Amino acid sequence: MRVSLKWLKDYVTVTIPPADVAERLTMAGCEVKGLETIGGEWENILVGQITAVNPHPNADRLRRTTVNLGKEQQTVVCGAPNVRVGDKIVFARTGAKLMDGHTGQVFRLKAAKIRGVESAGMVCSEKELGLSENHAGIMVLPPDVPVGMPLTDLIGDTIFDLEITPNRPDCLSVIGIAREVAVLIGKAVCLPEVKYEESEPPVSEQMSIEIVAPDLCPRYCASLITGVQVKPSPNWMQERLLACGMRPINNVVDVTNYVMLEYGQPLHSFDYHTIGGRKIIVRRAYEGESIISLDGVERALTPDMLVIADEKRAVAIAGVMGGANTEVSDQTTAILLEAANFNPPSIHSTGDVLRLPSEARYRFERGISPELAMYALRRATQLIVELTGGKAAKGLVDVYPGKKAKEPVTLSVDKARRLLGIDFGAERMVRTLKSLGFECEITDSQIKATPPYWRSDIRLEVDVIEEIARIIGYDKIPATLLGEPLPKQTPDPMPGLKREVRSALVAYGFTDVLNFSLTGMDMMNRLMPEPHAIEPAPIRVANPMTAEMEYLRLNLRAGLLAAFAANRKHEDGSIRLFEMGKVYIPRGKGLPDERENVCGVMGGFRLEKSWQESEPLDFFDAKGVAETLFQRLGLEAAFETSSDDSLHANKQAAIIVACEKVGVVGEVHPRVLAAFEINEPVYLLEIDLRTLLPLSMAQREYHPVPRFPAIVRDMALVVDSGVTHARVQSIIKSFPLVEKAEIFDVYAGEQVSVGKKSMAYRLTFRSADQTLTDDDASRVQEQILSKLIAEVGAVLRG
Amino acid sequence: MFVGTEMLKQLEEIKQKAQQEMDAVKDASALESWRVRYLGKKSELTRVLRGLASLPIEERKAVGAFGNELKSHLEEVYQLKEMALKEAQLKASAAREVIDITLPGRRLPVGHLHPITQTINEICEIFTSMGFGVVDGPEVEWDYYNFEALNIPEGHPARDNMSSSWIDHKAEPGGRRMLLRTHNTAVSARMVETLRPPIRVVSPGKVYRYEASDATHTPMFHQIDGLAVDKGITMADLKGTLYEFARRFFGEDRRVRFRCDYFPFVEPGVEMAVECAVCHGGGCRLCGNSGWIEILGAGMTHPHVLQRGGIDPEVYQSYAFGIGIERLPMLRYGIDDIRLFYGCDLRFLRQF
Ligand SMILES: [Zn+2]
Repeated sequence: MRVSLKWLKDYVTVTIPPADVAERLTMAGCEVKGLETIGGEWENILVGQITAVNPHPNADRLRRTTVNLGKEQQTVVCGAPNVRVGDKIVFARTGAKLMDGHTGQVFRLKAAKIRGVESAGMVCSEKELGLSENHAGIMVLPPDVPVGMPLTDLIGDTIFDLEITPNRPDCLSVIGIAREVAVLIGKAVCLPEVKYEESEPPVSEQMSIEIVAPDLCPRYCASLITGVQVKPSPNWMQERLLACGMRPINNVVDVTNYVMLEYGQPLHSFDYHTIGGRKIIVRRAYEGESIISLDGVERALTPDMLVIADEKRAVAIAGVMGGANTEVSDQTTAILLEAANFNPPSIHSTGDVLRLPSEARYRFERGISPELAMYALRRATQLIVELTGGKAAKGLVDVYPGKKAKEPVTLSVDKARRLLGIDFGAERMVRTLKSLGFECEITDSQIKATPPYWRSDIRLEVDVIEEIARIIGYDKIPATLLGEPLPKQTPDPMPGLKREVRSALVAYGFTDVLNFSLTGMDMMNRLMPEPHAIEPAPIRVANPMTAEMEYLRLNLRAGLLAAFAANRKHEDGSIRLFEMGKVYIPRGKGLPDERENVCGVMGGFRLEKSWQESEPLDFFDAKGVAETLFQRLGLEAAFETSSDDSLHANKQAAIIVACEKVGVVGEVHPRVLAAFEINEPVYLLEIDLRTLLPLSMAQREYHPVPRFPAIVRDMALVVDSGVTHARVQSIIKSFPLVEKAEIFDVYAGEQVSVGKKSMAYRLTFRSADQTLTDDDASRVQEQILSKLIAEVGAVLRG
Repeated sequence: MFVGTEMLKQLEEIKQKAQQEMDAVKDASALESWRVRYLGKKSELTRVLRGLASLPIEERKAVGAFGNELKSHLEEVYQLKEMALKEAQLKASAAREVIDITLPGRRLPVGHLHPITQTINEICEIFTSMGFGVVDGPEVEWDYYNFEALNIPEGHPARDNMSSSWIDHKAEPGGRRMLLRTHNTAVSARMVETLRPPIRVVSPGKVYRYEASDATHTPMFHQIDGLAVDKGITMADLKGTLYEFARRFFGEDRRVRFRCDYFPFVEPGVEMAVECAVCHGGGCRLCGNSGWIEILGAGMTHPHVLQRGGIDPEVYQSYAFGIGIERLPMLRYGIDDIRLFYGCDLRFLRQF
């Protein structure tokens, strides 16, 4: 909402600078987003009248011009071709800041002698004042402007660009803002006096109004003005409309817009003679009905939309836009003027379905008071009579099925104190409310406050409390800290686990990234080496912005692989990325299962690129990250074969903790990599944190530090190449005296026969109760070997 | 007498010679042969001293004393030389082992926490230290918790400012509709329903708007919402809590402002701003000439919101606040494009 300070001054005397007005409005709830000054710095510039024009003694093209400034006369040298005795002009005294008419540069005017004649100032062109590019001659003002008036007061203005919150439709008007300003600077509001002559016959004899849908139209008022002459509205009105961002059309339409801006009540003008049967019917649209709106578009209407109709047809979409069939034109001679009130949700849904934003709809949607209609109608009728030379028919039509009694809100002084944390006292509260137009009645520490008719937003005690607080000022409320007792918290362990996993991954060189949760089918398809339907089908957004943002992601993989590829364009070293976030698994019914996941991708080298070679990553680096992570969480992870489509068939493993699958690690399938335009191996680690959470909360088991020394023996075996480390290790570890069995070499090649491999283990023997002897260790080692021979056909390597 | 004098003379010669030879010793092997020659079992000194027995008792004493003195002198000479040689060797090897210490070290890969993660962690720490718990809620939410429960019925103008992404789903009982939550206040609506006072919780998370991306908008961003419900909670407490948050997040010297604003789920409603760090209140481009930067919306929870959750607003009072996350690191670091947070670009993320 744009409000001109000059217009505001019609209703309230503003004595403080505009910036201070803006500050107070902002603090009290009407945010001033911008303050525009029209006219700039016009100090020492005022209205003058040319009283004499004499030739310059030394120059043919210059004149000695005498200017009357009211209290004084000044003589200046002027070269403009349009200097004429009697004209009102703009005079700049020395010291004024002007723009050079030729160079456009700003300069400060000094006293000067021009060709030997003293010049006390300047008569200005529009360009010199910064008003336009016109420098052909001096600016000539209308003859009725008072001599001596500062130019700022004449054409200068300040525009407040206000952000009005949806609860304050009353502030979508100059008078509404004037009321706020008046309260905030301690002044009174003075409303325009509305008076006009009425003539017979009365409206009621020329017009009838019927509200068929009172649930959607609480009030409909109308007036009739005949003998009008439609033409452009006067300059002052056009200027005000333009300053507020509205385009002038003609004197009738401009008045409806002007009064809407002034009072906040939308109005609509019909060409009276186009209304069939001289009857207005407010009803729901018929099935299949349509109307061509004022913008020339044919609109299909539905029975839940409210229309204004005559006997035969719809003539306006109520509260949203008028119809072309009854539009006021140059030929119009009689105006039916409507000021009504409509049900906000109905207006909203009609406007929404028709995709028709309008100033009227904007105000009705926010619930303006039905009381406003009559005030605005009378004002608009007066202005139309004044501007069109028309005659107002006697009386007004007012159908008001939705009239409600004024309901006071009961406010407890104590409640206000308890809610705000400060006691402003009953007297100050009442004073504040009265300044806002409330009627107040005090009874035993209770205030019965009846809001003024324009405040449709005040319904509850807290609404009144806010009024008191915002006018006295939120800065008067002290700042205190919450007291005891602290609420008992049942901490959610998930944030803790997330933080732990995040900091571990960052320590292992992974960078935390964020992708949008919305993704496209194309991205999901890229994760599949063989095309097939995605199971489960992802959740779809009904109104997707783009195809890339149509579905909720089922995993974090695609975003990370795309991020890997994008970073590879400028990173030639290692890339390690991870994302932690939700994935959305549909459940068929109800809200989806939102699972907290973490996924990491890595490619490149083990160490950062440097002057020394580093080795490229392989599967065991990714697995190592998983192992290190789980060790840090105090969990023992096992790895089992797995069959994840997006991963390399032989280079992937399921991560198992306490018999539950918590994730997967592996090399990304080459075809998936190709789909993401990645041409290097990338390793992926994915963990479902929700499954992991209960496991991670298990109490850690404490084992005493060993008291007896260990015996360490190495053992090299030759086995079939299909025998896994896990199998061998579990056999060795099945012996109680074996504390550790670490593999330190795996070899297949010339030294062993084809189809075989050699595996070397370092065994640590220890007993919890005694020092073992070499014999003890040898005995167990023998037993281990025979078990290995029996179960995996192992041969001790010589 | 004669014999003893002769022996003393011999010992004196040994001393002279040993010293001369020692001066010429340059390495460990020469030192070893010197040791064998002068301190070994078959050394000249040993040989001379073996003749002591043939001396008369009074001479034996004097010569013997000189001989022992000489022996310990030679041992000392030996040790000094040994130390000198070791020292020289260390120096020599140090001189050989020169490296260019300006070459880069062998670095481990370094990861970085996302600035949004860092900001959320920081804010959660501030509020947990004030007794707030951290809670979570669904991102795909019922229309009810996102809107109706918060006094935003169908057709309310506040819905226009939060254009929603609706979910394509099967018909639900009561025509309930699902959407991507447009604000984290939806979690507070759930908390009012599931928790009983006293309540103090914050909920960080993702929110969604049906909006195209530009430098200041993304269809997904983060918020943290706070809720406190108890007997006697006041607007002064709200101010105190949020001022304390601002003091800890922005620092002691930044001025803070509380002004009236409107949100359907609170009354009275508040907007809090901090002094613009660029112009210190004077007005500049960043703050739109106002000198202030809005950082959060808040207020006293609307009685109808409490009632819907089964909390009696006559008994309990409550406040709520909602902070936009992205704005904070943007202000702190001078980041001018919100899309950078979702670009996954290491060149950006490595700086945090
Ligand atoms: Zn600034």
